[in-house]
Amino acid sequence: MSPIGIASAITAKQETPVPGIAPGRALFNRKAINQGVAMLTYTLRRLLVSIPTLLFIAFVIFMLLELAPGDPMASMPLTIPPDVRQQMREALGLGEPWYIRFPLWLNQFFIVEPQYWIDNAFGTNFADGAQRIISFQSRSPVFDTIAERLPQTLWVVGMSYVVGVLIALPIGIISAYRQYSVFDQAGTFISMIGFSVPPFFSGVLLIVIFSVQLKWLPSIYDTTHVVEDWASFKIQLQQMVMPVMVLALQTTAQVSRYMRASMLDNLGQDYVRTARAKGMSESVVVLKHVLRNSMIPVVTVIALGIPSIFGGAIITEQIFKVNGLGQLLIIALQGSDIPMVMTITFLLAILIVLMNLIADILYGILDPRIRYD
Amino acid sequence: MTDRAPQASADNLLPSGDPVAPPKLKVDKPRNQWLDVWDQFKTHKGAVFGLVFLTFITLFVTVGPLIWDVDPGKLDIRNKDVRPIYMGLFDSSAKVSWGNPMGTDNLGRDIMANIMQGGRISLAVGWTAMVLALLLGTTIGVLAGYFRRLDGLLMRFTDLVLALPLLPLLLVMMLLFRDPLRAAFGPENGIFILIVTGIGITSWMQTARIVRGDVIALKEREFVLAARSIGTPARRMITRHLLPNVLSPIMVSATLGLATAIITESALSFLGLGFPSDFPTWGKILFDSVDRMTAFPERVIWPGLAISLTVLSVNYIGDGLRDALDPRIRGL
Amino acid sequence: MKLKTALMGAAACVALAPMAFADAHEGERARDGELKIIYWQAPSILNPYLSGGTKEIEAASLVIEPLGRYNETGAPVPFLAQEIPTVANGGVSEDLTQITWKLKEGLVWSDGTPVTSADVKFTADYCMDPEGGCAQLAKFDGVENVEIVDDLTVTVTFDKPTPNPYGPFMGGQSPIIQAAQFAECTGARAPECTDANFMPIGTGPFVVTEFRTNDVWTGVANENYRDPNKPAFASLTFKGGGDATAAGRSVLETGEFDYAWNLQLAPDVIASMAEAGVGTPVSAFGTLVERLEMNLTNPSPDLAEGERSTVAHPHPFLSDEAVRRALSMAIDRELLVEVGYGQAGRPTCNLVPGPEIYASDNTGCLTQDIDGAKALLDEAGWVDSNGDGIREKDGVELRILYQTSTNAVRQDFQALIKEWWSEIGVETELRNIDASVFFGGDPGSPDTFQKFYADVEMYANNFDGTDPQPYLAMYRCGNEPKPDSQWQGENINRFCDPAYDALIDELAQTADIAQRAELAKQMNDMLTKDSMTIVPLVDRGRVSAHANSLGGVILNTWDSELWNVSDWYRIGDNR
Repeated sequence: MSPIGIASAITAKQETPVPGIAPGRALFNRKAINQGVAMLTYTLRRLLVSIPTLLFIAFVIFMLLELAPGDPMASMPLTIPPDVRQQMREALGLGEPWYIRFPLWLNQFFIVEPQYWIDNAFGTNFADGAQRIISFQSRSPVFDTIAERLPQTLWVVGMSYVVGVLIALPIGIISAYRQYSVFDQAGTFISMIGFSVPPFFSGVLLIVIFSVQLKWLPSIYDTTHVVEDWASFKIQLQQMVMPVMVLALQTTAQVSRYMRASMLDNLGQDYVRTARAKGMSESVVVLKHVLRNSMIPVVTVIALGIPSIFGGAIITEQIFKVNGLGQLLIIALQGSDIPMVMTITFLLAILIVLMNLIADILYGILDPRIRYD
Repeated sequence: MTDRAPQASADNLLPSGDPVAPPKLKVDKPRNQWLDVWDQFKTHKGAVFGLVFLTFITLFVTVGPLIWDVDPGKLDIRNKDVRPIYMGLFDSSAKVSWGNPMGTDNLGRDIMANIMQGGRISLAVGWTAMVLALLLGTTIGVLAGYFRRLDGLLMRFTDLVLALPLLPLLLVMMLLFRDPLRAAFGPENGIFILIVTGIGITSWMQTARIVRGDVIALKEREFVLAARSIGTPARRMITRHLLPNVLSPIMVSATLGLATAIITESALSFLGLGFPSDFPTWGKILFDSVDRMTAFPERVIWPGLAISLTVLSVNYIGDGLRDALDPRIRGL
Repeated sequence: MKLKTALMGAAACVALAPMAFADAHEGERARDGELKIIYWQAPSILNPYLSGGTKEIEAASLVIEPLGRYNETGAPVPFLAQEIPTVANGGVSEDLTQITWKLKEGLVWSDGTPVTSADVKFTADYCMDPEGGCAQLAKFDGVENVEIVDDLTVTVTFDKPTPNPYGPFMGGQSPIIQAAQFAECTGARAPECTDANFMPIGTGPFVVTEFRTNDVWTGVANENYRDPNKPAFASLTFKGGGDATAAGRSVLETGEFDYAWNLQLAPDVIASMAEAGVGTPVSAFGTLVERLEMNLTNPSPDLAEGERSTVAHPHPFLSDEAVRRALSMAIDRELLVEVGYGQAGRPTCNLVPGPEIYASDNTGCLTQDIDGAKALLDEAGWVDSNGDGIREKDGVELRILYQTSTNAVRQDFQALIKEWWSEIGVETELRNIDASVFFGGDPGSPDTFQKFYADVEMYANNFDGTDPQPYLAMYRCGNEPKPDSQWQGENINRFCDPAYDALIDELAQTADIAQRAELAKQMNDMLTKDSMTIVPLVDRGRVSAHANSLGGVILNTWDSELWNVSDWYRIGDNR
């Protein structure tokens, strides 16, 4: 592209009105209702489309795992002879071809498992002893293990995401508003360094400093710890602080860069000048109009990051022994525990599809001119 | 600076409906756009630093090995664990040698030669994977955002790729393509192609979603509607009006993508899916040295600094470029 | 309430006072608080019959116990049995087809019910069920039936004379499980019993209170343990996950844990951790040997699939014994040990490095001899005639593809060996493969160690217990992985020698221990120094670490590392 193009585009953009202070407020309500109806039908249609999409994704993941080399027996000692290994494989159901095992998995995931939840909740007996999805490694129901892992994942990875985003947004806004100030320079420097230092290094560095040298914080996360009073909450905070810091640094770096870039784009727009000229206070201009218009890429990034909370922090979880879902997934991958990998990745796929849908809906709320038809 | 916003484009003739369009625009003498961009770029200190450092590190890893011609794979077990030369200043008992200014590792391999060799691979992987991801991401994002018919299909495809677990995907790629690529390009290049493709095709989704989100919003802006109303063809719409306006998030994606690619490569080596163990990369040198971080801090500092500073430089260059390409900053 | 607390406090004081002087060696059960163990590979189940992994076997050994174990010297010691049956004490029949075990009297499960011979028989039936997929089936190899003689006595009958009848019910791999708990869990229903598999009722020193798969499990002292003064610890936390470095750090540097298992770390890393003075690394040797396997068949990708690495095509140059020998001579094993294992390794030329009586006095390979290797290759006609630094003969160049699993020490070994081989004019391409693929038996993958689509590969193998017979029998003609057998098979090198097969058969019929040792040594030499089919590198020991405040640790490589956990205690004051 050439600079000319940008220039012309931007010249043309000059007449962009300020959302919300544009003329024709009376029309706005009817428009809003129309928009609302359009949004609703759009959401419903997207939800319907999601079903075949997810089924297709499930199929692709299943075939991928099927094709990938790997063997649940790989982690067994070599002292176990081949014929015993073969019998163990057959006991796991690996003798069956994929076109039998895939529908079986679908049935277990969509019918048997919900039946078990209903039975558990209401004391009914729909499931009637049907086989649940069983992990190859632990021979226990996959969903029980996932439920066991959720607390620590939410405590650590979820918390770090919230903290990261909450820090990133103001940093991004201030950095853009005071571009090239000391704050902006420092923010850029720290976030880029933070993003380019991999957690396998920063995590160990923190452990060496705070656990080995200073002995302030535990290096190993205790997943059995129960928070019941202030003292135990303090212990929980102590064991959380290092993994949360490592993960939040990455999130902050990423989100604040997008926030800053997008704010800068919008701060230069003419509607900002118009708004200021109209005598709006600076905080209203920046925090209401500019921020709202700058949120689209940020919302995209945040929505994309949420599924990775539930499956992403593999290295950090490993370093601090948090043993959350990320560690569960990597152990299952290394052990070729196909039912476990399949179920976790499919749950992630559902989250991805949902989050992207939510992002698409948010676009319309942030910028009412976006049409859903 | 005077208002030198370019006017050569025919687009300026379209009915912008802007009554305050500065009449000066049509009077100014045309001047080479790129010179303007360069002038603006030069005023950005960070960008100049970035460019200088990037040139330096590129020369260091490309020309460096010609001058410092120590074989990075050469083992010299008697000279293992040599400290970097500056350690001699603080600690006279430290084992230092001018033959290994940055020290040697636990098998006696020269660290400077390894950083050079590793940088070649890391930079090549980083840039190629980043460019690949950027091209894919931008193309898919723009197409999905601009053509409503393609949106559903392309975005569901994006969802699919987002949902694929990376590890089994790479294992399958290794299984299917390693031997053919090895036969066609040799072991080293074959693996390189495989890794770059692997990282590239699994890291474009974020860019695609961001670009699409912005394009969807831009599409409803008046200047685009106006351009469309006079029948501007789609290709021109995209290259002239849409792409320039999503440049900032693309720049951010590029910077973050470079860092991600370099780090992902090291994670792959760790999982046995990367380069053979005798091909050093920055990420791998860093990973291998973490265990000995307290005894030999230099072994993590060198590759860590190299990665961080490269990413920082690219980020500043991106900032500088963005500012320089934005006529409002350059011109107003 | 207050009075009660005060009384208990006083009682505790009385109880503690003498022990402080006696260094807490002896005392009542559960006096020493919590024991914290960390395994960097987390156990996924506590039933070793459903998972053959070391981490599961060792974790389960705290809860369920076999009739007898091997001690740190490899000698059998009774656990649940009154004594180890032998021919001498009449426990093993003269014709070597029967072994009779007698349980100790008065044994109870942790739930208070008595342990009987029915439980022992049930254990055998459970594992030998054809639909159960039992991981320890090989332990019950040749068992015809298990008969209950009386409440405390069982007799195991084998289908043929078995010189080593200690497969079933010996060692961590085949502990006794409770018939009452597992009665509904046999055969195909085995995986359904999650509760039983996660929290087996046992006779061991600890009882499981909570089990989280692949993460952590907790336990308390078994109230019904047979020794009233053991275990010394009241509770147990068994954490898993992470990596060896972190596990080592938590015991040796921060002191958060008491015991860390299998620290596969470079020696200098362990040494620098130990400098913190909180814990001590301990090591012991077993039978694990890191070796180079030479492919005697041609792995060339030019051959059709199904032909590669099969006995139909001999290897273009590794079938020449001189080349194999030269490759071995070029290696400096001392240096490999120094770089990779330190106190946890020693150079070896043997496939069977122990126990003592089985180890051949084969030390010829220990000194590196680059010049000798060159001379040997020259002599055999492998010379570099075109000046590219690589030797060739009849147009075949010595280019080796050398593969192994991904692991920092193995990659260091690869680098060193590549260097030495280049000195003798052999070019090496290195490849490392994810362990889950390399050691997996997926017949669809080209990268498994069984398929061996490479010239040389490196890994480690060992044998369970102290008897090398099944281990040596792997190298029988026809037992190689091949397309017909879905690439399953144990004769990785595709070695075939009728004289060797004859020795395998002879070993299977010999009962006298001295004669067995003689045969085993002969077979070991045939595979190693005589033919250089297998090039052993390092006899790998086990390094674990315990806190300095933890006493009673005796590292054992012949059985579970935690075999004597009931004897562990806290040194010094009861903190």
